[in-house]
Amino acid sequence: MCLAIPGKIESITGSEGDFLNIKGKVNFGGILKEVSLAYVPEAKVGDYVIVHVGFALSLVDQEEALKVFDYLKQMGELEELHT
Amino acid sequence: MKYLDEYRDPKLAQALSRQIHKITTKPWVIMEVCGGQTHAIVKFGIDTLLPKKIELVHGPGCPVCVTPLEMIDRALVIAAQKDVIFCSFGDMLRVPGSETDLLAVKAQGGNVRIVYSPLDAVKIAQDNPDNEVVFFAVGFETTAPANAMAVFQAKELGLQNFSLLVSHVLVPPAMEAILSSGSNRVQGFLAAGHVCTVMGYTEYPPIALKYKVPIIVTGFEPLDILQGIAMCVQQLEDGRHEVENQYVRSVKEQGNPYAQELISRVFCVIPRKWRGIGEIPQSGLSLTNEYRDYDAEIKFKLGDIKTQESSECISGLILQGIKKPHECPAFGVKCTPEHPLGATMVSSEGACSAYYTYKRVT
Amino acid sequence: MNAMSCPFPIQQYPHVLLAHGGGGRLMQQLIEKMFTHAFGPKPATGLHDSIVLNLPSNKIAFTTDSFVVKPLFFPGGDIGALAVNGTVNDLSMSGARPLYLSLGFIIEEGLSMETLWRVVRSIKKAADEAGVTIVTGDTKVVDRGKGDGIFINTSGIGIIEHDLSIVPAHIQSGDAILINGDVGRHGIAIMATRENLSFETTIESDCAPLNDIVSRLIKVGIEIHCMRDLTRGGLASALNEIAQDASRTIQIDEKFVPVKEQVASACAIMGFDPLYVANEGRFIAFVPASQSSKALKILQNHPLGQGACCIGEVLDDTKPLVTLKGIIGANRILDMISGEQLPRIC
Repeated sequence: MCLAIPGKIESITGSEGDFLNIKGKVNFGGILKEVSLAYVPEAKVGDYVIVHVGFALSLVDQEEALKVFDYLKQMGELEELHT
Repeated sequence: MKYLDEYRDPKLAQALSRQIHKITTKPWVIMEVCGGQTHAIVKFGIDTLLPKKIELVHGPGCPVCVTPLEMIDRALVIAAQKDVIFCSFGDMLRVPGSETDLLAVKAQGGNVRIVYSPLDAVKIAQDNPDNEVVFFAVGFETTAPANAMAVFQAKELGLQNFSLLVSHVLVPPAMEAILSSGSNRVQGFLAAGHVCTVMGYTEYPPIALKYKVPIIVTGFEPLDILQGIAMCVQQLEDGRHEVENQYVRSVKEQGNPYAQELISRVFCVIPRKWRGIGEIPQSGLSLTNEYRDYDAEIKFKLGDIKTQESSECISGLILQGIKKPHECPAFGVKCTPEHPLGATMVSSEGACSAYYTYKRVT
Repeated sequence: MNAMSCPFPIQQYPHVLLAHGGGGRLMQQLIEKMFTHAFGPKPATGLHDSIVLNLPSNKIAFTTDSFVVKPLFFPGGDIGALAVNGTVNDLSMSGARPLYLSLGFIIEEGLSMETLWRVVRSIKKAADEAGVTIVTGDTKVVDRGKGDGIFINTSGIGIIEHDLSIVPAHIQSGDAILINGDVGRHGIAIMATRENLSFETTIESDCAPLNDIVSRLIKVGIEIHCMRDLTRGGLASALNEIAQDASRTIQIDEKFVPVKEQVASACAIMGFDPLYVANEGRFIAFVPASQSSKALKILQNHPLGQGACCIGEVLDDTKPLVTLKGIIGANRILDMISGEQLPRIC
């Protein structure tokens, strides 16, 4: 369960702390959709969020994502050397 | 799309596949809990990239599939009523109840609408004050924050014509139910990455310890699933049974505290019947007293409903990973996506539907 | 064309009435002052129950299609343009030169006359662009609530001026499968306008007439074995239909199927597979492998084929299947979808 897609916050409306009304215009590969940011109050414009049924559930941890990817690339390169 | 497409890199997928082949020395049975993961595995053919020693079984991670028959029948009764606008996620429309399904009710004149978000249903209630608007709140913990917000918002707005038909289910109790069953074959788990995005993974270490199974919190793209499998196999080969997080870009150990807070305000944990499995204690959510005015079951005074499950459907055994879809005598014969006998053939992630659509075992 | 004035007194009749389909004076006025005025000229012998046509060939292609799209107007097109291009394209898939269309309207009582006039103008524009003439028609009006604004049926006649027999049975092992551009635009453009599922996008429907681009292939002697325009059910459905009719296995490489980024993203959000999403200006052509490069150049030099590419081939196998080489290198069967794709959360 759980079709949730990463997108980039382009703008934020509603004031911080206004739980019900804080929304972001999120860009999913060129598609813009309004998304509730109620559950990621720390989100800023430019952040990537994971969105499920119109709600951002987490901020993409870009540093962690990079670490994992570097590991995968290194492993991939090692593998290529051995085959 | 960033943070999506990179995780479909074919070279890295092949490299992970080779690594899994390298480290696998014994046969292992691994279950992926989440229907979205099942969908990805079959769609991208991930199981074909694994050594034959690894058997992937598909768990009950499809809330659509496990929504109890009584709940579907309740939804159908409500949706058929005059002046009701019944809102639902698209997934639920073709799930068969005892006699019919929501799509058929729509065809016969029921006002059934597909929505993308529960907040859309709240808006429909605001725009249609003369109608009773009911939202079919199905899902795992991933969807609970959205459904909680819908009810919270409805109450803040003072809406009198909005209610939720709640059929939420929780993952960890289902995992325990599978592991504690006498016929369990599962040796390792890929936990649902988006469920854990909300709830964190603090509930898993006791399960890993008690049943001696590695549990890897895993994402949904091919590289995520392959890496999750690699991490799981490594633990199994090493004889370890710990909880690890593969989906670090989205999941924190404590999960999302804001979401958890609203969930616990709006919902409380109750025993829930799972279609095909039976009742699992502390495995479902229901609205708290504070929000009972928004509970469709109370509002519509639906008593006990007599249900009629197909005698030939073995989806329960499939959901527990005990049987595979093609081992069902009705699979592809009496039971197809066009005329499904059970929910696992209808939902796009039901194991039977996934097998049928992507593999068509000949 | 938009400046074309309407002699029909729209102010006097701002909405379509049941009487406009009743066979009497009001209907006659609608036909003469709106439809014939737009699609004319009226034949010298007057309007009759049927039109008599002299065709330059007696090898004729004939097709019919009905259009029920909602909303009536969407980015990149409308029901009128669809009604013309849908039938023009069906004729083009036999390699026919489309000539004449019939036009049947079933209008819901209460439809705004301005809307009807807008649809009529769009039909005229599309017909001119495709080089076809509307020569006969019918008008009915149904009670309010019994129709979705307007339903349109078009039937079309085209002539075959070549010796090819373009049918699934003629596809051969090794045939290259070409497509004229990226998939999924029409379905996503429609989805974007539906309330409750709306999102902001610049994607427009790819609704377009394919007769000209097809005629270019035939003119240079491409030995087309089969063609199919992609409509509802998308690329996957068209491929499956052909595989079944031809009793052949078709193999497609997913990484070669062009999908625009926004279409891919919209599909990701809704849980759709772009291979099953509707199109209205795309077709696939099965040509001998030896002619594949030449055919591609022709397509790519046409405004409706700039994204053309080769997406797969016909295999020796006679199992009626479509197999897909997936983007991470694993194969799967690309099956027929049973109903419509519904947006999912799971």
